[in-house]
Amino acid sequence: MDMTLPRRRFDTLIIGAGGAGLNAALQLADSGLRVAVVSKVFPTRSHTVAAQGGVNAALANVLPDSWHWHMYDTVKGSDFLGDQDAIEFMCREAIPTVYELEHAGVPFSRLDNGKIYQRAFGGQNQDFGGPQAARTCAAADRTGHAVLHALYQQNIRAKTHFFDEYFAIDLLRDEEGVALGALVLEIESGDTLVIEAKTTLIATGGCGQVFRTTSNARINTGDGMAMALRAGIPLQDMEFFQFHPTGIAGKGKLITEAVRGEGGYLINGNGERFMERYAPTARDLASRDLVARAIVTEINEGRGCGINKDYVLLRVDHLGEEIIAKRLPGIRESARIFAGLDPALEPIPVFPTAHYSMGGIPTDRFGRVVVPAGEGAEEVVPGLYAAGECACASVHGANRLGGNSLLDILVFGRAAGKDIIDYIKENPHHRPLSEPSLERAVAHLDRWDHQPEKKPAGKGKAKPAAESSVRELREEFRKVMEDHAGVFRTPKSMAEGVKQLKAIRRKLRGLRLKDQSRVFNIARIEALELENMVDVGMAIAVSALGRKESRGAHSREDFPVRDDRQWMKHSLYFREKDRLEYKPVRSKPLTVKGFPPAERVY
Amino acid sequence: MKFRVYRYNPETDQNPYMQGFVVEASRGMMLRDALLAIQDQDESFAFRHSCGEGVCGSDGVNVNGVNKLACVTPVAELRETVVVRPLPGRPVIRDLVVDMSQFFTQYKRVEPWLKHRDPLPEQEITQTPEARDKLDGLYECNLCGCCSTACPSFWWNPEKFLGPQALLTACRFLEDSRDQAAEERLDALAGPYKLFRCHSIMNCVEVCPKGLNPTKAIGQIRARMLKGSL
Repeated sequence: MDMTLPRRRFDTLIIGAGGAGLNAALQLADSGLRVAVVSKVFPTRSHTVAAQGGVNAALANVLPDSWHWHMYDTVKGSDFLGDQDAIEFMCREAIPTVYELEHAGVPFSRLDNGKIYQRAFGGQNQDFGGPQAARTCAAADRTGHAVLHALYQQNIRAKTHFFDEYFAIDLLRDEEGVALGALVLEIESGDTLVIEAKTTLIATGGCGQVFRTTSNARINTGDGMAMALRAGIPLQDMEFFQFHPTGIAGKGKLITEAVRGEGGYLINGNGERFMERYAPTARDLASRDLVARAIVTEINEGRGCGINKDYVLLRVDHLGEEIIAKRLPGIRESARIFAGLDPALEPIPVFPTAHYSMGGIPTDRFGRVVVPAGEGAEEVVPGLYAAGECACASVHGANRLGGNSLLDILVFGRAAGKDIIDYIKENPHHRPLSEPSLERAVAHLDRWDHQPEKKPAGKGKAKPAAESSVRELREEFRKVMEDHAGVFRTPKSMAEGVKQLKAIRRKLRGLRLKDQSRVFNIARIEALELENMVDVGMAIAVSALGRKESRGAHSREDFPVRDDRQWMKHSLYFREKDRLEYKPVRSKPLTVKGFPPAERVY
Repeated sequence: MKFRVYRYNPETDQNPYMQGFVVEASRGMMLRDALLAIQDQDESFAFRHSCGEGVCGSDGVNVNGVNKLACVTPVAELRETVVVRPLPGRPVIRDLVVDMSQFFTQYKRVEPWLKHRDPLPEQEITQTPEARDKLDGLYECNLCGCCSTACPSFWWNPEKFLGPQALLTACRFLEDSRDQAAEERLDALAGPYKLFRCHSIMNCVEVCPKGLNPTKAIGQIRARMLKGSL
């Protein structure tokens, strides 16, 4: 049967058309390689489009700056869990990367001297922890939109092959583990297609939809992460999930950190600027993990705002009409639509919202996927790359700095593209397709076309399949994640979360679709996405339960402090038996002296 | 709250039809939330959506006769019974999902990328804040298609007339001080159709969910052409 599947062959397959995928595609298409970009949505719908505040690079357009200071801030921001070789690489590359983007047409905001406008962002300083830096290059507060559209436009010029609205089902690997491409589903027709490639880059973005309240788009279901898990590849540091301090209360929609960068600040129910107590120097521009915890603490201790005292307020009105209209037009629009107010006149009710996965598919600084090879050693998975939020290079460690996300996707998308060019020079031929691998992928999809086999009774308390729908289970799952893997974690709650996720995983196996049609069957896509989300959610919950310390975004009541002696190491979660392994942090940078762990004060 | 939505599944339906649904409205509910609630009742109901905040441009639909982005349209502002149809003039794939390929073809025809011909500097190409201001109102487009599919000229000549979206994009590059291909761009827009089929009906301005003004952009292009021909 598999032989009847249509096949297309490319030099390289890129799954995902956000900033990472498109920046890689651009390098490759411009070098004359045949590139296929598969995306489940039209490329400019990818979630990079929603990035607001900007991209960090030490251009020193506003204040003195250096990549080395940027590196220090990133290492400190990561709570010393980031790999310092990758961080040095990213901070150095930031500068040419931003200039390249500008040349590609990104409409950055400008300074009077015609250079790119740079704003203040959290956790960033001059001179290794000195005065506040201005490092975040911005196109108003729509930087992601500006970047994504420019990259898509350049890819049109470069004649990249786009497979718009194709959903990737599973990776294909041969018996030696070499990546061969993927099985994909054309959403419009419901037909499957095999895309064979000499290299495959996973650039599917984040997984914020696993939480009920999130800034992430509906499409952010961790598809690439879950595909990697099913292909036997672990996920790294998944317990570190960033809750952005300022989501619109009750809605989760993002209000960019640029609001605080431009001079906005938080107040509690007593009208107090409470961040002064948590971060005496940086105050509202402390790192995100710290600000999110401060907000939740204020509310938990009864100092929230509103009738239910369940949010705090973000004040911007003092900045004046001109700054708001010029620098923050997008959030003004969002606040009007979703909070029903004009931030130029009244403060915005905010609460932390699930925002960003620091963890992901383990890679080196060339975007190559790496897996453990026994005795603490690592090896590269031949032909397989990952970049962007789905990957873990690891530059963000336990907490990402604002403005480093666009940077990560662009730098490592570009780096992966460049490494792929070299790899294909050395491996110029397609390898034979592995039939067992293809059969597994086809079976994964086919399972939704049929009624699952009835299991003998007695195994579980799971609801009978007919009573539950994909949509219901999805909402149940997202609630479990929110309740058991949030800003503050307790051992009891985390363990309960893992238990409930196991039950959800069992229920999922019993679900079926009422809608068995082929053309643009959304229900089928949502079912496949739910499988991906549950796999990723389990990775988060199991990794969180495993890490017995507090570091960066992972904060647990029973182990409230960082423990460098035992826990300065990366987690690796394997889907098989929900197993955890650990690997050391790479504390040695490329050329400079490493930054040893120190107390993290803002 | 009562809704009537357009249904068509090419595998089972001879003809499209309208189907009624009742959704419990909640405070702050957007049309996208209502469509999701309809999907909860019937998983076979198809529509596109993603970011939920008006930036990705996925969920353009025709509601009570007007094109809108569902995710930023409060249901409280809609007259009952709310009638939701696919964007007009495009072939329907299923339910509210339309084939937008013609729209994207026109977008690509204006060669929507920066053409800077001089050798590139080591740093950024500088641009004054005033020059950058000229891009405001042009670059924010999210390609939702509400404008072009509301344009009678685009309905009649979707192959020949570029439509408001593509022309807005053309203007975005013409107005960019870094772009050095103005003449070539203007030449490519010459002729009776590509640009000049705009009859200033201004439906595009009325419906743009981002508050952009393609008619004004088309006027700017015409003015440039006129200046060039003098």
